[in-house]
Amino acid sequence: MGISTESQFHVLAVDDSLIDRKLIERLLKTSSYQVTTVDSGTKALEFLGVHEDDQSNSDIPSVSPNTHQEVEVNLIITDYCMPGMTGYDLLRKIKESSSLRNIPVVIMSSENVPSRISRCLEEGAEEFFLKPVRPSDVNRLRPHIMKTKLKDQQEDKQENKEEELGKPEFQSREEKEEQQQQQHHHLQQQHSNGNKRKALEEGLSPDRTRPRYNNGLTTVV
Amino acid sequence: MDGVAQLQKQLVDYTASLFQEGFLDEQFNQLQQLQDESNPDFVVEVVSLFFEDSERLLNELAKALEQKTIDFRKVDAHVHQFKGSSSSIGAQRVQKVCIAFRNYCEEQNIEGCLKCLQQVKHEYSLVKSKLETLFKIEKQLIAAGGSIPT
Repeated sequence: MGISTESQFHVLAVDDSLIDRKLIERLLKTSSYQVTTVDSGTKALEFLGVHEDDQSNSDIPSVSPNTHQEVEVNLIITDYCMPGMTGYDLLRKIKESSSLRNIPVVIMSSENVPSRISRCLEEGAEEFFLKPVRPSDVNRLRPHIMKTKLKDQQEDKQENKEEELGKPEFQSREEKEEQQQQQHHHLQQQHSNGNKRKALEEGLSPDRTRPRYNNGLTTVV
Repeated sequence: MDGVAQLQKQLVDYTASLFQEGFLDEQFNQLQQLQDESNPDFVVEVVSLFFEDSERLLNELAKALEQKTIDFRKVDAHVHQFKGSSSSIGAQRVQKVCIAFRNYCEEQNIEGCLKCLQQVKHEYSLVKSKLETLFKIEKQLIAAGGSIPT
């Protein structure tokens, strides 16, 4: 069938308000995204497979199994004002995580505070939406999600090239491990359904019970 | 058929009046647009959540304002939530009172806060009864074999 360009994207929505979670879920589903909603930053990190104590071990360079995503998430949209961990705190933790920092993050807020908006954008948020979120806002998500997917595909292509030309001389230990894993699993993937994905996920234990969301199969959360 | 046409008209007119009188704003339209055959009860579901949430918040607000020493940050936090949820469903008049309410919290003005509590309770009960009436007409329309005009 060839490479599918219309694989489903999975969005993680974070909001402490039940009403707003219901709204954002409906909005995202109307745009054909798969959606998972959680009510706090802590639960979001749990879902993403990050354990808070790992974050403090910044001197461990390699990606340990605990920090792998258990499920692929293509975009995170989070409310700003939440008790405990704010959306900004969550954004920072995501950007500090080597396994999560490439996931685009969008912040929502009911308050139009310019300093808040610029702080979030500076910290790496792709967009800042004022609530209530509209369908036109949701349309703005697509390029950010596509950019990441495209980046994954380009990286895969790049690795193909490097396989042919031989490995570059200077590589960090992390990059080397990553590349070796990807080369090994890329060969395995060639006979699969052809979807381009980060091969790191293939490296996870085979007996995961969580369903996968990134290969075009519809799964119910 | 006559009955259906009549109910449809009733529904359209009633909805229009709610907008005209400022009870509802554009966000309510947005909610209706998110409803379809695959999610036929979306608006009722969201509004029901709003009712439950509002009743909880009104209780919390009453409690917080009865305290000997009022924690205005706590009051403000509740009002902030109420403002958010009313904005999310398009309950414009409730939202407006919440904005005034938050200003009084900031000023730590007890009288202003108590006044706003009464106002927000009043506006909430108005919009609740209006929405319940709206949903009743919709139900009658569907029972008569009609469909909700988009």
